[in-house]
Amino acid sequence: MDKLQKRKKLIITAAALAALFIILWVLEQILPANAMLFVVLKKGAIYALVAVSMNLLNGFTGLFSLGQAGFMLIGAYTYAIFTIPLEYHDSVYQYFNGGIIKFTVPVFAALIMAGAAAAIFAYLIGLPVLRLKSDYLAIATLGFAEIIRAFFQWDALGPVTNGSNLLRQYPSFTSVLFPFAVAGVCILLIVLLINSSYGRAFKAIRDDEIAAEAMGINLAKHKQLSFTISSFFAGVGGALLAMYQTTVQANAFKSAMTYEILLIVVIGGLGSVSGSVLSSFLFIAASEWWLRFLDADTYIGAFKVPLLASGFRKVVFSVIIMIVVLFYRNGIMGDKELSAETFGGIRRFLRKRLGRRKEEVTK
Amino acid sequence: MKKVLAILLIVCMSAMLLAGCGGKNAGGGDTIKIGVFEPSSGDNGAGGKQEVLGIQFAHSQVNTVEIGGKTYKIELQIVDNESSTDKAPSAAQTLVSGGCNLVLGSYGSGVSIAASDVFGKAGIPVIGISCTNPQVTLGNEHYFRICYLDPFQGTVLANYAVDEYSAKTAYILTKLGDDYSVGLGNYFKEAFESLGGTVVEETFPPDNSDFTAYLTNAVKANADVIFAPTSTEAASLIIEQAHAQGITMPLLAGDTWDSSVILDAAKGSDLTIAVSTFFDEGDESAAGSKFVKDFKAWLNANPDKKANNGGNDIVAAVSALGYDAYMLAIEAIKAAGSADSAAILKALPGTTYTGVTGDIAFDANGDAIRNVAFIKSVNTADGAWQFEAIQSVK
Amino acid sequence: MEFISSNLQYILTGISVGGQYALIAIGYTMVYGILRLINFAHGDIFMAAGFMMVYLSATLPMYIALPLVVLITVLLGFVVERVAYKPLRNAPRMSIMISAIGVSYFLQNLAWYVTSGLAKQYPAIPWISDSISIGPATTKIVTVITPLLTIVLVTALVLLIKHTKIGMAMRAVSRDFETSQCMGIKINFVISITFIIGSFLAAVGSLLYFSNYPTVTPISGAMPGLKAFVAAVFGGIGSIPGAVVGAFIIGICENIIKGLGWTTFSDAFTFALLIIILVAKPTGLFGEKMTDKV
Repeated sequence: MDKLQKRKKLIITAAALAALFIILWVLEQILPANAMLFVVLKKGAIYALVAVSMNLLNGFTGLFSLGQAGFMLIGAYTYAIFTIPLEYHDSVYQYFNGGIIKFTVPVFAALIMAGAAAAIFAYLIGLPVLRLKSDYLAIATLGFAEIIRAFFQWDALGPVTNGSNLLRQYPSFTSVLFPFAVAGVCILLIVLLINSSYGRAFKAIRDDEIAAEAMGINLAKHKQLSFTISSFFAGVGGALLAMYQTTVQANAFKSAMTYEILLIVVIGGLGSVSGSVLSSFLFIAASEWWLRFLDADTYIGAFKVPLLASGFRKVVFSVIIMIVVLFYRNGIMGDKELSAETFGGIRRFLRKRLGRRKEEVTK
Repeated sequence: MKKVLAILLIVCMSAMLLAGCGGKNAGGGDTIKIGVFEPSSGDNGAGGKQEVLGIQFAHSQVNTVEIGGKTYKIELQIVDNESSTDKAPSAAQTLVSGGCNLVLGSYGSGVSIAASDVFGKAGIPVIGISCTNPQVTLGNEHYFRICYLDPFQGTVLANYAVDEYSAKTAYILTKLGDDYSVGLGNYFKEAFESLGGTVVEETFPPDNSDFTAYLTNAVKANADVIFAPTSTEAASLIIEQAHAQGITMPLLAGDTWDSSVILDAAKGSDLTIAVSTFFDEGDESAAGSKFVKDFKAWLNANPDKKANNGGNDIVAAVSALGYDAYMLAIEAIKAAGSADSAAILKALPGTTYTGVTGDIAFDANGDAIRNVAFIKSVNTADGAWQFEAIQSVK
Repeated sequence: MEFISSNLQYILTGISVGGQYALIAIGYTMVYGILRLINFAHGDIFMAAGFMMVYLSATLPMYIALPLVVLITVLLGFVVERVAYKPLRNAPRMSIMISAIGVSYFLQNLAWYVTSGLAKQYPAIPWISDSISIGPATTKIVTVITPLLTIVLVTALVLLIKHTKIGMAMRAVSRDFETSQCMGIKINFVISITFIIGSFLAAVGSLLYFSNYPTVTPISGAMPGLKAFVAAVFGGIGSIPGAVVGAFIIGICENIIKGLGWTTFSDAFTFALLIIILVAKPTGLFGEKMTDKV
């Protein structure tokens, strides 16, 4: 691809992003602030970030890790602990005499600290476990996530973590632009990393470890790097999730959360950043919004629609997921990316179809 | 082909997004929407359903309200917060998006605390029904509550343990990550220690189903009483295993255990179980006995409602509280003279109501001023509640 | 002696829980041995067996309900394999694992829907739910039966694998999937049998487990399932004796930890133990050393 085309592509991407933000801003002006759409967009953006960070590990480096929920938990707690305003300490840490952290840091610094804390933990955990292979690595990281969860609920750490009680009253966001901006910047950084020489080394490791090593790639170093960076962004994602939920409790970060993110990643396509982003929004919209009507008793006239009752939404949702998994085994995007070309492709495709139809008509 | 399908999916998504933008708006017209924020599944599902029953019963009796000569219809929107603090904010969001003017709930303090800010940001007043943790209302302008608080309940139970069982050592078992459980355990401990007793405290992780080790620990600690403020789900396991292990010391718990689940689990055993609660079925006041009679009739007339009550017509205290919360909400709407959330929020602190669970008036914090709790015990022979005492704190 | 008598209750419970984990763990380890698949849905099949018992025993007498539960559970395991795993036999390994997560998700949500998310009381099975005293400890008969029954079943299974034709086929398939296919082994049949055996043991495990802890919820399969899987990895995944030994070790340690007052960490400890073992011996206690094929 020559330089000119590359630049053109860059401009198109930038323009598309700018347009997205303008559309979001306009939507925020014209819609009521509590519309379900914004819930989906906020949560979707956060999950997109976490899914992309997991994809960096599972899809691009070929490390099967199931520790994402644990790193999100570290991020969420770090953010919350360091941003709860001092005047609320007494009520939040009511069983622990107001806690022992007596200072706060600005929101952006806290977000970075959240990522850094997760990354440091990941680095330490990575030292022993990254030597493990495939499924063993998965179960070891899953185990670490569970251990982290227990530690954060430990009473002895209560003055810092508030034990098993909720953390709350920390600053959060109201505009949908905030999670989009933070997640957007983070995803952009991940994409830059993937396209760098490091990213090529990651892919080499994924495709064949032994061949990669033979080509002079330092396996341990690159695996460690990928693991740490992925956890950094998972930590930031965790902090965003904490902001979105307005309260945070260690109990929510169970292995089920990791499975959920893994589902998103695989449905989007292992090794496709745009696939992960896309499937996050689809996943959240379907689970939180579009299928809600299945949960309520519905009457058409006097006729009660059968089966509809609390919980039916989730049954339908899991059936949809099974169908996607069974029939789109490479996910909706495979390992392709969504780009200007894809849109060009669809335009050509539609034109061809329509053109043919027109011909048939004129015949 | 795959790619095309993927693109189609995106197109569908954006179409649905736009379709969704049409957005529902507030109750509007001449209906007032009351949101019911309660668990109907998960740990507290059984209790949450009973609380909803009280609200539905009240709604069946009074479903219109007259404001300024105009009659408004009242509509209930019920969501399930799944007893889970991470699902609660999104359930609350559903109520906010649905345009509720006022919200009732919840059973369980953790979910109430977790969802509080969602309601707060939307400026919607909430009346807590049986969320007893102080944190629910503390520092929240929009959150009110009609039950007593855990510091009170903990003290009552500690007093009862000392007075009734002459307990010197108490074994406290709470659930990790559950604000209600940990909080009440903590207040019980404070009160019990100030009465000169000693406590042994332990927590169990969520999803735990093996309580034998904990019960053995209690026996080894020579405890005179086991205090286990847990959800009913854990409670039935604790009772079962205590029975199997032949535990002799009394089990004591808070308001959550006032449920027919406990009666079922304890029936036929020789355990001593006592709980503190908000209301007693044998209440002899005119309002109380009328409520019990009507509510039972209503349950028996509606098989699906009866099923939600656990298949019997035993009146749970939380049903009575749910009834009171709804009636209080009606009073507040009348006092506000408007269906507007802000007006209701303004009128609520001054609203008073005499309900089946007693007089309700709010203090500066938005908590009901209550100074008595009912203590009930399980009659294990015929699986029924037995009234013990009305306990208050000096 | 003093230590044992004062801690008898913990040890008894530990052995009993360990036996129940073992019965579940075998299902994980056998499937992994043959398909290299972490069958995330196995814990939920265990849970489903619990609910079937709740519903069937409500209408049928116990002597019919019991075998029927085992039979339907076996059928469920078989159907899950045919519907969710077989179509993906040639797909990337990640897809089939995701399919397993999907099935687990589906079974949990279905159970949630059917029970409207409420805990159900498990019926008392005559005799094994009765209390019994052993020295200073009081417990249920099922606690004592579990380890015995576990050992009997495991011995039978090991004999089956060592001495029958189908057992030989299983060993061949787990050693080398492609080659054994070329040798004329009906691979789908072998896999189905694996799932049937796994589900059968999970059903028995479920009967014992829920008789001990008589409350069934849609997520009550998750923790025992995870622990059993940890046990399987601990013992060296693919190895049946390894899974059983791992399960007993985990069951006993977990209860002793609780007895020591470290209850917050009783689950975390299980995982810590696992990680230590994996770091020291990357394929578990009895696992075979794998070499990378270039």
